[in-house]
Amino acid sequence: MPDQQIVIHVNGSPISVPAGSMLSAALLMASAPCRISTTGEPRTALCGMGICLECRAIVNGVPHTRTCQTVCQEGMRVETQS
Amino acid sequence: MKPADVLVIGAGPAGLAAATAASRNGCRVAMLDDNPAAGGQIWRADITRPHDEDPARAAAIADFHTSGAALLPGRRIVDVPSPSTLLAEAGGHFETYRWDRLILATGARERFLPFPGWTLPGVFGAGGLQALVKGGYPVAGKRIVVAGTGPLLLAVAAHLREYGASIVTVVEQASTLQMLPFAASLLRSPGKLLQGAGYRRTLGATPYQTGCWPISGQGDETLRSVTLTNGRRTWTVECDLLACGFHLVPNTELAQLLGCTLQGSFVQVDSQQQTSVAGIYCAGEPTGIAGVDAAQVQGEIAGLAAADCSPPPTRLLARRAKEAAFGRRLTHAFRLRPEVLKLASQETIVCRCEDVTFSQLQTRSNWTDAKLHTRCGMGPCQGRICGSATEALFGWQLTSVRAPLFPIPVSAFCDESSSLNAPSAR
Repeated sequence: MPDQQIVIHVNGSPISVPAGSMLSAALLMASAPCRISTTGEPRTALCGMGICLECRAIVNGVPHTRTCQTVCQEGMRVETQS
Repeated sequence: MKPADVLVIGAGPAGLAAATAASRNGCRVAMLDDNPAAGGQIWRADITRPHDEDPARAAAIADFHTSGAALLPGRRIVDVPSPSTLLAEAGGHFETYRWDRLILATGARERFLPFPGWTLPGVFGAGGLQALVKGGYPVAGKRIVVAGTGPLLLAVAAHLREYGASIVTVVEQASTLQMLPFAASLLRSPGKLLQGAGYRRTLGATPYQTGCWPISGQGDETLRSVTLTNGRRTWTVECDLLACGFHLVPNTELAQLLGCTLQGSFVQVDSQQQTSVAGIYCAGEPTGIAGVDAAQVQGEIAGLAAADCSPPPTRLLARRAKEAAFGRRLTHAFRLRPEVLKLASQETIVCRCEDVTFSQLQTRSNWTDAKLHTRCGMGPCQGRICGSATEALFGWQLTSVRAPLFPIPVSAFCDESSSLNAPSAR
C-alpha cells in the first residue's frame, strides 16, 4: 500500500484513505452510497469506468461528479446525491 | 509541408500503439482520454501497487512518451461541431480539437444483463470491481462470487484473490463443451495459454463452474447472497460481493456520431483500419472484441496509416489476422445462452438511471417507444447500460446517437473561456 494517507469527508464524517484512491473506492470504504435512485434505492459504482454513471455524487458541492474518474484529494468533501 | 495533426481518442492499448506509431513517423499527435491516467481499462494503474506494473503496459507507455506524442487525460468527447473538429468537456469547460487524421480507440464496456437484485450495493461488473480494487477498494477477507461469461472472469477472480478476497466460486454461463474448441485453440497461442494457466494456479481450489449462471441476488440494503443455477437445479451461496459481467460490448457512440458505418455492432474498417469516413481510423475493441493483442496491432496499423506509411508491414497484417481469428473463437466460445437473456422478473429495474422496470417496458414496442413512454435510456448513461439489456430482453435496436455524447454541466455553456462560444465554433 502507498505510505501516504489522506483525509476526506464522506457525508460529513472524516475517513482516511490511501493517497491516489478513486473517490468511488473511498465511498465503498465508508459504506456510503454514491447516489439515491429516483425510486429511493441506494446505488454504488457498477462499471468502475465512468460509463454507467451510477457513481455520481456531490463532490465539493458539485453534483453529478463521476467518482470513478475522480482521484481523492486531501480535504475533499463528498456527499451522497439524491 | 506542415506535419499532419493526428488526434487519438482513447489511451488504452490501441490508442497508445496508434499514437506512438503516428508520432514516430512525423505526425504531431495528441491523445485524449476521459480517465485521469493512460492505460485504458485492461492496463488501469493500481494505486496500491505502484511499483508492480504490467511490463506490457510499462513498455507501451514508455514508447508513447519517447515518441513525443502528448497525453491529454480527463477529457471526454461530447460533440462533433464540424467535420474536422471535436468538442471535449474537461472539468466543466469546453475545448475544441482540430484534426487532419482521427484515430478512434474508444474500447469496450461490460455487458450487463438485468436479474433480480442486480441494483443492490455489493453487485459490480466483473471488470468494474477489478477497477475499483485497483482504485484502492480493499477486498481482503470479503467473500466474492464472480459470475457471467468471458475470459475476464478468471482474470478478475485471480486478481481479487491476490488481494486477499475469498472467491466463493467462479460461475461461467458457457458450457464446457461450448468452450472446448476455444480452449484447444489456445495451444496455438502459448502466451495466452500461460496467462490462463497462471490465473487457474492463483485460484487454487476455487471452483470454476461452467454451464452455470446467476438468477438473483438477495439482500436488503446490501447484497447477502446469490442464487445460481445450472438449468436443472438452483442453489444459494452467501457472499459479500458479486462481480458479474457478460463479456464486452464495443463503445461505438463517437464513431456513429461521426457518421462511420457499422457492420453489425462494430465499426467497419478497411485493411488500413480506416472507417467509411476518409481520414478517420478505428482500432481495438470497437472493430470487434478480440483483446489486448489485437488492439495493439490494429493501433499500430492505424497509426502508420494515419502517417501515410502504407502499405502496412506484412508481419503486422499477419499478426492482426491471427488475433482476429482468436477474437472470432472467443465470441463463439462465450456466446450467450438464451436463459441469461431473460433473467429479469416483472419488478426488476432494467434502466438504472430512471428506475424503469421490466413490467413497464414489456408493453412497449421498440426502443423509441420505450424512451417516449417510460424514460428508459433517457438518463445520464444515455442507454449505454440499458441498451444492451433491452436488446437482450426484447431484441430492440438503439435508434440514434446524438450529441452531447455524455451529460455536460450547464455551467460549461455559460463559461466565457469555453471555446464553444468562440465565433468560429457552432
